[in-house]
Amino acid sequence: MELTDRAYVAKARSGDADAYRVLVERHSRTLFRLAFRMTGNEQDAEDVVQESFLRAYRQLAKFDDRASFGTWLYRIAANCSLDLVRARKRRSEQLVAAEPDTREDPIASLPSGDPSPEREALSSEVRERVAAAMQDLSAAERTAFVLRHFEGMCIEEVSRVLECQPGAAKHSVFRAVQKLRRALEPVVGAAR
Amino acid sequence: MTHLSEEQLILHYYGEAEGQSLTAETHLEECTECRAAYGALQRVLNVVDGLPLPERAPHYGAQVWARIAPQIPRRRRRWELPTPFRWAALGAAMAGLLTVAFLAGRFYPQARKPVEMAKAADPHAGERILLVAVGDYLERSQMVLVELANANPKHPLDISSEQERAADLISESRLYRQTAEHTGDTKVAGVLDDLDRVLLEIAHSPSQLAPQDVENLRHRLEAEGILFKIRVLNSNVDQALAPANDAHRL
Repeated sequence: MELTDRAYVAKARSGDADAYRVLVERHSRTLFRLAFRMTGNEQDAEDVVQESFLRAYRQLAKFDDRASFGTWLYRIAANCSLDLVRARKRRSEQLVAAEPDTREDPIASLPSGDPSPEREALSSEVRERVAAAMQDLSAAERTAFVLRHFEGMCIEEVSRVLECQPGAAKHSVFRAVQKLRRALEPVVGAAR
Repeated sequence: MTHLSEEQLILHYYGEAEGQSLTAETHLEECTECRAAYGALQRVLNVVDGLPLPERAPHYGAQVWARIAPQIPRRRRRWELPTPFRWAALGAAMAGLLTVAFLAGRFYPQARKPVEMAKAADPHAGERILLVAVGDYLERSQMVLVELANANPKHPLDISSEQERAADLISESRLYRQTAEHTGDTKVAGVLDDLDRVLLEIAHSPSQLAPQDVENLRHRLEAEGILFKIRVLNSNVDQALAPANDAHRL
């Protein structure tokens, strides 16, 4: 019978690296999905996944046994993603200030690679707008929206990841959707 | 008629209307304006959904682990005795070792001394010992891989025993690989490197494999052609050892 996350966390805490390996293998793909939605970049997402597991391991002693390990890990990954997005934004601002002509194409933050049917389905203008609209969300809005919309977490779970009241999490989701609507409705309407 | 607010529409979209879902549903059926607003909301969120998401392979977790494992400290399970007992155990082991060394010196057949000395003077003796060790290592690796490659893909499989052996082999392989690199034998180093990667993957896989995982593992072993490479390398090792073995027989 497969052991629960809690059992593996207990073993990992007592120094059993193999138990932590199980947790890493169990949660890596989910964490990558979240990190990619948050950062919009494949390589950044890979870095976030690794950094999150290392941070989680170092903080394992602080983990509250009564909580869900997955939710706790999500919180760490969301914070790692936000740190990275903020750092990237700062770097990009410095770059723009120094060389205004070398500004990054907003679509460049989307994953590169061969075009998939979904990717082709969205016209480049719509993709640019979606990427830009996502970038314009605040840290809390972006996290709340990604968790609610893409990861299917209920507001209660989102609030646990964000460490805020459910009401505040709900408003973050509202604001994110409102901003996305305002930014995308003209282009979606035109594309129809 | 009171229209649904934007917040109510969003909550309804996410199914979080807390008991008001039916009311919202009924209202949307009756009110064209709200239905249009809800349709616009759905279109926007569908477009956001359309952004591509790169997929990760089923063994992605094992790859992540392989990258972070060097930074995760491992507990030394064999040293779980309290400190004073550790020293006592170490002392007993040292005393045992000294006794064995003394007895070996006393009773080792004197007649074989010149042969042993000749062997020690032989400049190729070290090389042959290494070849024997590499041959043994390759054979044991081959056994692990053959067991997995021949597993029945229709049944779940417990590979914990193969994983233990793979972990042991990984710790041995470093020395052989480094030696091959040092002597400039890039082909051997390459095969040992490939083998190391495969063993690492086996050691870090879940212990219980579903039939599909067994099938995937077999496919990966076939795709890598690792068993073939090992057989070729092993036969080269045997050939290199053959003259020495013949001389020994004479």
